[in-house]
Amino acid sequence: MGVSELIFYILAATIIGNAVLAVTSRKIFRSAIYLLFSLIGIAGLYFYMNYEFIAAVQVVVYVGGIVVLIIFSIFLTHEAGNDMKKPSLLRAILAGLASLGAMALVLWTLQMECFMPSDAAAVEPSVNNIGRQMLSTTEHGYLLPFEVVSILLLAAMIGCIVIAIKTRQKA
Amino acid sequence: MVIVGLCLLGFLVVLSFILGYMERKVAAFMQIRLGPNRVGPKGTLQIIADTIKLLFKEGLTPKASDKFLFNLAPFIMVITSMLVVAPLAFAKNFQIWDINIGVLYVSAISSMAVIGILMAGWSSYNKYSLLGAMRSGAQIVSYELSIGLSLITIVILTGSLKLSDIVMSQAGGWWIFKGHIPAIIAFVIFIVASTAEINRAPFDLAEAESELTAGFHTEYSGMKFAMFLLSEYINLFVVSAVAATLFLGGWMPLHIGSLHGFNHVMDYIPSSVWFFGKTFFVIFVIMWFRWTFPRLRVDQLLNLEWKYLLPISMFNLLLMTAIAILGWHF
Repeated sequence: MGVSELIFYILAATIIGNAVLAVTSRKIFRSAIYLLFSLIGIAGLYFYMNYEFIAAVQVVVYVGGIVVLIIFSIFLTHEAGNDMKKPSLLRAILAGLASLGAMALVLWTLQMECFMPSDAAAVEPSVNNIGRQMLSTTEHGYLLPFEVVSILLLAAMIGCIVIAIKTRQKA
Repeated sequence: MVIVGLCLLGFLVVLSFILGYMERKVAAFMQIRLGPNRVGPKGTLQIIADTIKLLFKEGLTPKASDKFLFNLAPFIMVITSMLVVAPLAFAKNFQIWDINIGVLYVSAISSMAVIGILMAGWSSYNKYSLLGAMRSGAQIVSYELSIGLSLITIVILTGSLKLSDIVMSQAGGWWIFKGHIPAIIAFVIFIVASTAEINRAPFDLAEAESELTAGFHTEYSGMKFAMFLLSEYINLFVVSAVAATLFLGGWMPLHIGSLHGFNHVMDYIPSSVWFFGKTFFVIFVIMWFRWTFPRLRVDQLLNLEWKYLLPISMFNLLLMTAIAILGWHF
């Protein structure tokens, strides 16, 4: 086993181990931190594959954005410092069965599907290329999805402002 | 590779000694005091003595704290601040990791610093720590936007995220001179926002000692406290180095148009001297702020970002795009 494979297995173990810890921990803040490590592990996997742009975006969006948001919402909830209650046995068994079933389904689908190596020339994953593809209208262009997502984000932003706006009350 | 990493670690520790000494001397200079002057020549060994003192102190862990996270937080802080040093170009042909997405990497990794602060504040089980952590979380998340937008203005001009390309594009003159007014506005916004991002005065609400004792690191002592200090100084260095690289030309000597004699003389000064000279100039300016402006209130802090800096930098970005498309820059 080469060093490269070793690094892959270390990364994979980090991701899976922390993901398991995130759902089994009794302390909610620790769960958030384990989730953070798992997401950083995924960013590491992208770095390992030389997809630097995707890795940096992973860190910006998930680590700098979503996990910070989760931590903030934990700070603002009551009794966040206490340990969570132990779930009932029936619930634990059912949840375990459900997740095992989902895992089996995914594995089965992966086994059934036969993956063919693509004949198309490899596209260099540089920022320049990604930017051009994002705004091109040719066959593999992403202009329409890009604009649709922007409008969705705009709607979300306006919604936030509407919720947060203070109505001036008349005396 | 391992040797390079170890050298970098040693360099950063020595650097934080130098910055610690510089901070106290600059503070003394601004207040017409002498500063440290007893231990060693001109007080230079004072920092060594302080470090030894911190080494021998007991590292206390509060009984009610979350011990695992409490001990992990200082490491997260130091690791995130050290990771950002990797793509910096210290001198001509002297760069550890010339990554394709340099600028994006720097802003991505520095956005992780807030996690360490939140972790420290939460796990200390202390009201002041928690309040300090929440304040600094809100602060860092807000000011990151302005930093990103001001970095993008320079990326528009160079058309590359690679730090070596950005330095090379300034061979004919630094961007702060070549980029007209938008570059100067972006530079000012970057300095203001990054002072806020690294929690230094006048934006040091996270550790406002008159209100929150010491904010998120109230409960830390001994070497764990020293690690917070170390990461603060490394962050200060990184921010100044990024400002020097993007706006002031990195290791590129000062060249003025077609004055070949002048340019030739400037080339004789080693590139590392240029880089560190510019970086330490920016560090000095940030230390100067500390003794010039009073601390902001929380609402003023958020107003400054959301009502002034962010709209200005968005407009500035549009202006810079227009200049770049019309080719008005030099």
